[in-house]
Amino acid sequence: MNVRVKMIAALVAAVGATAATGAYAQALVKIDGSSTVFPITEAVAEDFQKAKKGAVRVTVGISGTGGGLKKFCRGETDIANASRPILDKEMADCRAAGIKYIELPIAFDALTVVMNPKNTFLKQITVAELKTMWEPGAQGKVTKWNQVNPAWSDQNLKLYGPGADSGTFDYFTEAVVGKAKSSRGDFTASEDDNVLVQGVSRDVGGLGYFGFAYFFENKDKLKAVPVVNKKGVAVTPSIEAVMDGSYEPLSRPIFIYVSAKSADKPEVKEFVEYYLKHGGKLAKEVKYVPLTDADYKHALDNFSKKKTGTAFGGHSEVGVKVADLLKRDPKE
Amino acid sequence: MMQTQDIQAIRDIIRRAKRWDAFFGVLGILALMVGVLTFMTLFVDMAIQGMGRIDANFFTNFPSRRAEHAGILSAWVGTLLVMLVTGLAAVPLGVAAGVYLEEYAPKNWLTDVIEINITNLAGVPSIVYGLLALGLFVYQFGFGQSILSAGLTLALLILPVVIVATREAIRAIPQIIREGSYACGATTWQTVKDHILPYSSAGILTGVIIGMARAIGETAPIITIGALTFIAFLPPLPFTGVPPAGLLDWLFAPFTVMPIQMFNWTSRPEAAFQTNAAAAGFILVLMTLAMNGTAIWLRYRLRKNITW
Repeated sequence: MNVRVKMIAALVAAVGATAATGAYAQALVKIDGSSTVFPITEAVAEDFQKAKKGAVRVTVGISGTGGGLKKFCRGETDIANASRPILDKEMADCRAAGIKYIELPIAFDALTVVMNPKNTFLKQITVAELKTMWEPGAQGKVTKWNQVNPAWSDQNLKLYGPGADSGTFDYFTEAVVGKAKSSRGDFTASEDDNVLVQGVSRDVGGLGYFGFAYFFENKDKLKAVPVVNKKGVAVTPSIEAVMDGSYEPLSRPIFIYVSAKSADKPEVKEFVEYYLKHGGKLAKEVKYVPLTDADYKHALDNFSKKKTGTAFGGHSEVGVKVADLLKRDPKE
Repeated sequence: MMQTQDIQAIRDIIRRAKRWDAFFGVLGILALMVGVLTFMTLFVDMAIQGMGRIDANFFTNFPSRRAEHAGILSAWVGTLLVMLVTGLAAVPLGVAAGVYLEEYAPKNWLTDVIEINITNLAGVPSIVYGLLALGLFVYQFGFGQSILSAGLTLALLILPVVIVATREAIRAIPQIIREGSYACGATTWQTVKDHILPYSSAGILTGVIIGMARAIGETAPIITIGALTFIAFLPPLPFTGVPPAGLLDWLFAPFTVMPIQMFNWTSRPEAAFQTNAAAAGFILVLMTLAMNGTAIWLRYRLRKNITW
């Protein structure tokens, strides 16, 4: 009995001691944030750990861009995955906690407008037409395709899109309606893109939008709608079209934010360098669009020079070139 | 003449009663089938979809961007370790609380309030436990986003189930056993230790395992405290690695669990990951069934030795 009591006491003491001294000290890179950026970071983490033969451990969570940056600005993670630039409020949080960060674009995501393959009248779409469909004023009023363009059929228009917490929603509304988060509310919203895929593929009058990877994997069920760009050319989304800049305004850069303090740790530094060297190839493998080699080099250069802050002023921008972003003088 | 008519009337009544009896029997079977068939459909559907993916590699591989290489190693190890912590925390707390309420607590308004609270706790949404744990375990106690935090969170979640099961099991013990024990001069503790606990252990175990079977599938509180989605390493084994891990370092390791791994796979674009998700779901159901099976077997074993 006495022995048992002693054992329990020892166990409790040991737990207490470990808790007090902090967690097990092994090289660990902690990443959290956007589900859009997740597939690329996961691929990089997988290959990096294999290359290091398990000497460095990497964890990747999905808390969304907002949730990831919140943890990042509390100093809980080394890197935040973000599908949009850091916002004013988050910048203030980071500043208050004394967290400096390096903003690194790592790939493009092409928002893809999709329709049902049985839809015969829709050959291309302009941003203005998308706006007519999606702006808040369209709620309850624009319910048929021919209300948007008289040349189209009088079929019911059914809209599918990501929910309001998603960075994709923010970017699409900003690019199409002109103001982030400004959208009609009467559409089928889901944070799970597979639900949107199912919806549009079963609804002849359906139209939806989500990241290119989801379209690519469901090419047999859906058709991408060519979007008319500034030059008046209708462009079907593809890796090439995003890289040469012709698919706009619905392509956007996605980012990682690296804490400047963590960047001093050799394992984090090595991971970010690996990311910028191999990220392009891996991005392509998971159906995202890589930056140009020159952009990755430039980003690597910014990282080694520790250029902290954001190239955006705390808000998103539509149609900005990554090469120009990297040249800007970032502000904190 | 009158007599035959009376008999006829009685027979009619009996026939009508039997018709209702049969009707209710059928209704009962239908009600039962709703639950059973729903489960069977889901289970068979997952089995058919996921069976092709289940091989040895599926259990020994870490998650990967390539569906055919992706496995559930970190998920099932995480689930087992979290369940271990949950069990170790919930059983002593829950059983002690149950024993106290049944054998020691005076019957007054305070005890009534506590009882009502415990019953209500069982109905609190699991996400609330997650939020509580995030503030208390993760930040206040500094356990971090670890196996320990997750295990304790789920322990809190199933605590009401364990307490209620303990009390039910204790109440099933005939009063004469206690009276006999007290008559021989035993204290309350001696009675509990030598009679109440051994005789009620079958029922308590059943309750514990039913609680654990609930906890194993929980996702919301685990996500709240910060379980990770991609994790390609295992918690450190005691005294291994460079530098060697301490005896309890695994408690503070980052982790993932089966339901989170499944959830991640279902939200992927590639169809092959849906197969992985079905396979993982199938394994998770098997884990739950195995736990319930153990509960039934233990109950049978323990009950066999008790006669009164």
